[in-house]
Amino acid sequence: MSTGSTWAADAELEVAGQVVELVARLAGAGAQAEVTVSRTELALTRFANSAIHQNVAGSAVDVRLRVHVAGRTATGGGNAVLADGLRALVERVLAAARFTPPDPAWSGLTPPVTVLASTDWDPATADAGPDERAALVRAFVDAADGLATAGYCRTAYRAAAFANSAGHSARGRAAEAAMDGIARDGGADGTARHWVDRLADLDGAALGRRAAAKARAAADPVELAPGRYPVVLEPAAVGDLLENLSWYGFNGKRYAERQSFAAPGVAQFDRAVTLVDDPLAASGLPFDLEGTPTRALTLVDAGTTNAVAHDRRSAAEVGTASTGHAGPDSSTFGPVPRNLRLATAGTAGSASTAGSASTAGSASMAGGDLAGAIADPETAALVSRMQRGLLVSDLWYTRVLDPLSLVITGLTRNGLWLVEDGRVTRAVRDLRFTESYPRALAPGAVLEVGRRAQRLPDRTVGAWSEAPSLRLASWNFTGGASG
Amino acid sequence: MSEFDAAEAAVQAALDAGARYADARVMHRRYESMTARSGEVEALTQDENVGLGVRALVGSSWGFQAVPELSDRAARDAGRRAARTATASGLVPGPPVDLVPATPVTASWSAPCEVDPLGVSLATKGDLLVAATRTMADHGADLAEGLYQVWDTAKWFVSSEGHRIDQRIRECGGGISATSVGDGETQRRSWPSYRGQYGTTGWELVDSLDLTAHAARIAEESRELLSAPLCPAGETDLILGGEQLALQIHESVGHAIELDRILGWEAAFAGTSWLDLAQLGSLRYGSELMNVTIDPTIPGALGSFGYDDEGSPAVKRDAVRAGRWVGVLAGRDSAAVAGLDYGGSVRADGWARLPMVRMTNVGLEPGPHSLEEIIAATDQGVLMDINRSWSIDDKRLNFQFGCEIGWEIRNGRRGRMLRNPTYTGIGPLFWRSMDMLSAEIVSWGTPNCGKGQPGQVGHTGHPAAPARFRNVRVGVHA
Repeated sequence: MSTGSTWAADAELEVAGQVVELVARLAGAGAQAEVTVSRTELALTRFANSAIHQNVAGSAVDVRLRVHVAGRTATGGGNAVLADGLRALVERVLAAARFTPPDPAWSGLTPPVTVLASTDWDPATADAGPDERAALVRAFVDAADGLATAGYCRTAYRAAAFANSAGHSARGRAAEAAMDGIARDGGADGTARHWVDRLADLDGAALGRRAAAKARAAADPVELAPGRYPVVLEPAAVGDLLENLSWYGFNGKRYAERQSFAAPGVAQFDRAVTLVDDPLAASGLPFDLEGTPTRALTLVDAGTTNAVAHDRRSAAEVGTASTGHAGPDSSTFGPVPRNLRLATAGTAGSASTAGSASTAGSASMAGGDLAGAIADPETAALVSRMQRGLLVSDLWYTRVLDPLSLVITGLTRNGLWLVEDGRVTRAVRDLRFTESYPRALAPGAVLEVGRRAQRLPDRTVGAWSEAPSLRLASWNFTGGASG
Repeated sequence: MSEFDAAEAAVQAALDAGARYADARVMHRRYESMTARSGEVEALTQDENVGLGVRALVGSSWGFQAVPELSDRAARDAGRRAARTATASGLVPGPPVDLVPATPVTASWSAPCEVDPLGVSLATKGDLLVAATRTMADHGADLAEGLYQVWDTAKWFVSSEGHRIDQRIRECGGGISATSVGDGETQRRSWPSYRGQYGTTGWELVDSLDLTAHAARIAEESRELLSAPLCPAGETDLILGGEQLALQIHESVGHAIELDRILGWEAAFAGTSWLDLAQLGSLRYGSELMNVTIDPTIPGALGSFGYDDEGSPAVKRDAVRAGRWVGVLAGRDSAAVAGLDYGGSVRADGWARLPMVRMTNVGLEPGPHSLEEIIAATDQGVLMDINRSWSIDDKRLNFQFGCEIGWEIRNGRRGRMLRNPTYTGIGPLFWRSMDMLSAEIVSWGTPNCGKGQPGQVGHTGHPAAPARFRNVRVGVHA
């Protein structure tokens, strides 16, 4: 099926309308219903040992219905879109609602409200075939110049529509592409990744070269004693911080349950930190699962916590309005920001120590293969001003020890280097850390923010982070390769 | 058209488009979950979906296509597109692909199930969670949560070699958790584990957990933990409860013996393995007490099935025997690459996902001791139970786990409660230090094993019992 220019969200809107009508017919005009119908075309070409070994594509349809009848609420979903299947879904969800206990916390339906049209989406990306993805993989592999490579190239297209029995409806479409890969030099890996609106903007060769350069720079690592070190975190590592802050901190349900560190109005972070959830900064759907329009939400403004993300239920619990973050799991795990943008130096709350990237950057470049450790001049500038510390490419398998203090353990991955006198001097074996993320970004802890951000893919379609490199005063490494 | 007809149409279309091998899975899955919070039902969800996934091998390259409908037209189109995708894979080719031989099977299999979990009324299930969470709230929990989940999956498998297998697998489970919020940190206690215990079984499993009977105790323990002393830092003897040891097995044995990881197929994401195939049969993985099996035939365990998603019958195999590494989790293509003669551990998370190497039931055989004997034999140490956090490196060597609760062990007796217990180590060194193992085996179910791109969630089982490990580093804190 062609998914792009020949295919709109009209079909989804029609199905959503049918479901709302069915609920009214079967449960009466007093029943409240909200429906989201979505179709996703996802294709992912995966490679390892420098060959494509898994290559998948598929269509998925989801009809998601929530009803509130006689004070009781139930949710159900399915992928049937013909009349019999839709009726079965409605009957199943209505039956479930009859058996559930009363729901006094029901927060009502979203009233009719203007939803802006989808941001630009690229039909060529939506319609991309396996040959185009394979060509990008070929370019990545070739650019690694003999090193073993692994990773993926992904394209996705989404069309969705929303309707509820309060008369509100919306529809939208989005397309995206991403590439994420590593090159391997013996036991050392280097990584490069990129999320884009348009497949044509992916440069497989550039990513392959970057990954290979980092892998070569990571070869022959030495073991370093654990302890507290100043660090420069590259954008991929910063992305992990943003994701965990988002999931456990800027999550309105966890905030309402007093399990989040977030305290709006309090200067919890260094003034260099400004963090915005910005779903419309790239191709994305313009409404959430409750039909609330998505919009930019400033979570941290120059170090001061400004807001947390809400769906209608968590918002009602604390007496505020939804921020447009209802998702499939928001009623249980909580509403989570998924398009996080950390402001670069010079755009908000920049640290006073920031200097010229162009001049300072050249000073930190080491010779030989070690030069490949630093992927860009902006990160080089941060490294050049670190007396002794570690350059961290990526973080891995980060897990929460305590959600309130947001103490997290995890490991470095895909490259770790010792920096001495502003120069990368040695590759270092991966280290384990145990660190409170809010404390690592607390007032005075962020020494410098990079001047340029990279947009990086999340594991799920529709989610990304955009971050510059960060120079932090301290990071708590608690274990080495030997334990 | 029937599910088998759709699968056969997809396979035939892939062959007609140039595939030298093809297989297809039709799956129909119903899912139900309910969560309760502090005496009220928080969410009830019921999902149902059906679709078809077809895999084609053209030359030495694979392609896969999934469609959410079962018409003849859709099935044939999916088969053709899978072959087209496989052809595109040939632009970046790998070494020749073979499949270890398999005998074509025509079979039907169902998992044992006494009480259909979707047949139990929502009112009964809701009353259980409401009562348990209300009791926890009444006994001091700031946040009292309860959860059950049910999966009812029917699947039909057809291959171009002549397989024709249908299976019905019902899985369910549940649990409760109490959280107390203190000054700057939270403490949590769960029963029987966080998010519950699961099996390939009926509602009788949830009944057997007796959630309400444990609600008051765990709520009170979560509050007591707020003022308990911090788990001290240092090296000591560590006794792990069976639930925590199950996750230790999952992370530091189960994933490490996945053949796709060993071969580098997961290098960019899930990671590789510290294991080298050249050492299969000779490597010392752990102590003599360590006997780990790969066994999808255990009745009721979460990783059980009749046939895997390549049509290989469920067979019990050794992974570690008397501490020596002797087996892997494999599929037909990865086994052929490694020169092995068995697959049997390939599954897909639904019709829309590619089958890949997954754990089945990977766990320990019983040891000669009991937990009380282990405690009595320990002069100084820490007992930890119920997982709270888990992290391990991409080679499955360096791990750090946190548990919900610890107890000081002094002179063979369980002493005061300890908060924030954590331990860390290196997989093989840790397993070589195991010197006591209980016979009290429970097959713990893990319904949230993530792997693959696009992401897949696997259901795995892990027979485990309490055990003692010598000289382990504990008390890692921020």
